[in-house]
Amino acid sequence: MFKYLKQLTSLVAMVAVLFTFTTETMAAKKSKTLKNTQKKGFVRCGVSQGLPGFSNADAAGNWTGVDVDVCRAVAAAVLGDANKVKFTPLSAKERFTALTSGEIDILSRNTTWTLSRDADIGLTFVGVNFYDGQGFMVRKSSGITSTSQFKNGISACTNIGTTTELNMRDFFNSKGISYTPVAFEKADEVVAAYDAGRCDTYTTDKSGLAAQRTKMSNPDEHIVLPETISKEPLGPVVRQGDSVWEDIVRWSLNTMIEAEEYGVTSANADSMKTSDNPQIKRLVGAEGEMGAAFGLDNEWNLRIIKQVGNYGESYKRNIADTGILPDRGPNELWTKGGILYVPPSR
Amino acid sequence: MKFKKILPQFLTLLFIVLVFGFFTMNAQINMDNRGIEFGFGFLSQEASFDIQFSLIDYDGSRSYARAYLVGLLNTLLVSFIGIILCTILGVIIGVARLSPNYLINKTASFYVEFFRNVPLLLQIFFWYFAALRALPMPEDAPLIFGSSYMTIKGLYTVAPVWNNFDVFFIALIIALIVIFFFNKFAKRKQEEEGKQYPKFLISLGIFIVIPALTFIVGGVDLSWSFPELKQLAKTSFTYEGGLGIPPELIALTLALTLYTATFIAENVRAGIQGVGKGQKEAAASIGLTPSQVLKLIIMPQALRIIIPPTTNQYLNLTKNSSLAAAIAYPDLVLVFAGTAMMQTGRAIEIVAITMATYLTISLTISAFMNWYNKRIAIQEK
Repeated sequence: MFKYLKQLTSLVAMVAVLFTFTTETMAAKKSKTLKNTQKKGFVRCGVSQGLPGFSNADAAGNWTGVDVDVCRAVAAAVLGDANKVKFTPLSAKERFTALTSGEIDILSRNTTWTLSRDADIGLTFVGVNFYDGQGFMVRKSSGITSTSQFKNGISACTNIGTTTELNMRDFFNSKGISYTPVAFEKADEVVAAYDAGRCDTYTTDKSGLAAQRTKMSNPDEHIVLPETISKEPLGPVVRQGDSVWEDIVRWSLNTMIEAEEYGVTSANADSMKTSDNPQIKRLVGAEGEMGAAFGLDNEWNLRIIKQVGNYGESYKRNIADTGILPDRGPNELWTKGGILYVPPSR
Repeated sequence: MKFKKILPQFLTLLFIVLVFGFFTMNAQINMDNRGIEFGFGFLSQEASFDIQFSLIDYDGSRSYARAYLVGLLNTLLVSFIGIILCTILGVIIGVARLSPNYLINKTASFYVEFFRNVPLLLQIFFWYFAALRALPMPEDAPLIFGSSYMTIKGLYTVAPVWNNFDVFFIALIIALIVIFFFNKFAKRKQEEEGKQYPKFLISLGIFIVIPALTFIVGGVDLSWSFPELKQLAKTSFTYEGGLGIPPELIALTLALTLYTATFIAENVRAGIQGVGKGQKEAAASIGLTPSQVLKLIIMPQALRIIIPPTTNQYLNLTKNSSLAAAIAYPDLVLVFAGTAMMQTGRAIEIVAITMATYLTISLTISAFMNWYNKRIAIQEK
């Protein structure tokens, strides 16, 4: 009697172990973050505290910008509505902690992709939505037109907790110039202090300089110097350890860029369903099973293009038309002389 | 009976241990899940960022531990200056509050009510940005006291250039030791023979004469370095040489001092009013001079009331100095819990170290003030 009981228990245990294994693999397919997002009904997105063109809230609390559009694209893909996003404004200092602690699920906040960030702190970068580089802004009246005119004793205003601080040191050290860094916690204070005359130069990403210049008391008095002292590929970040979620965010961004490449816009997306080009048909969910691998339906990418638009539309709406950086520079498609190049959706 | 006494204490202790244990476990599991490792090894890595203002030798090639030390010293510096200035100002305002002169009295109470009721962060912003906008650019700054310039980029003043400073420093210490023993000797003389020495004057003499001797025999030499205007670009100037004090330090010190002094002023007023009127009258009736009344009768009793709440204000000032991050003064929070935390991503370790540091500073101030409080307390003989 007891003999059988022992066998029975081991059988039950084996079945239980097997069962847990199967449910584990099922769960792996459908990511935990995705499941939580669908249950909550909104995407939790970390953005900046106000950087025109990238992530900026208007008086009514509506967020716009190219970084904001990445989160909207994900919301359109997984929830069917680009407006179902909860934005959390974060300082440079808070951003990674907010992501790793699970307060937000996507960090789309003009964040530079670097080795140490990707490898060290439990983060995964999913792509680049803006190729940037660090530059310097000075007063026009100073007569400085190039960083080669910088002299010993120059003071530079910037933000703490960014790659800017490190690049600045590398730059001044390599030129052998002694300088005074004045580092503030928030961008608004940096702008105010530089504007008042506390520093001779203001340094951050060039897109940031262009955006912040619009906030100065007299924008025409300042110029951005031509030199770029660093590579700053900015892109969305997710928590390490949820590869399905990582893929969803990556391919939401890729879809926007590829849509521009193939001329699919928010206006013509529906009519593209009958296109002759199979690549275009895959982009609007009319061919293949492109969503299944993420646990999504087949029209996830169509919704992104229809609701948010392609990358070119987003850039034009947020950065070009607002006068921040009318020239796309490196952020042009590879087919048009830029470096935007994404793997194919197939 | 004893068991009954211990049981609640034991249960409380157990509860605290369990709560802490739970949070530690929870953090550990979450960090494991996210692939974050815990450790303090990062402290010896290269910091690779520069700091605006440092009391010790520092540049970005030094370690994070060194950057921590820079931040800590900057915090201690602003707290130290702030505590001294707010004590002086607080005592003056506190006494002024009791002045029979209507104007002095009302000015002092207006000052107290205004500065203690406006949030400190706002005051810091006010002093920083108002000062920045009001101060002249370096090239337009007028010469003050024939040596200094107050500009938007900071206060530039003369810096002492020492030769054989260590000899001078040792002489200073020797002078202090001599003063200590002289005072002991003078006290014994007074107790034994009733003979009174002019203690203060003699002490001051020793303090001046011994260090001064080193200039003659010790090879100590002092010269001054003056700030000189330097052109960086067509309309961009700065000062070189001399001593440069950043406007961030000035604004922060000013804001902390003006804010905390209001609370100390109230403590001082309360302390003086807490001493019975009869004490003063009795002292006067046995022939003590008014300054002796204040020094020997009123103050020793008032201090007992003033010290404990003032200790709180010192602690507040030190902790409030962490608001420095808002205006770019490189204190512990900005340098270590700001930049260093960002660059390393070691949030838990760095926040723990920062908290432990503030706790240590506060407990040290507290311990010193408690010692002082005990010293001036009524001694039962």
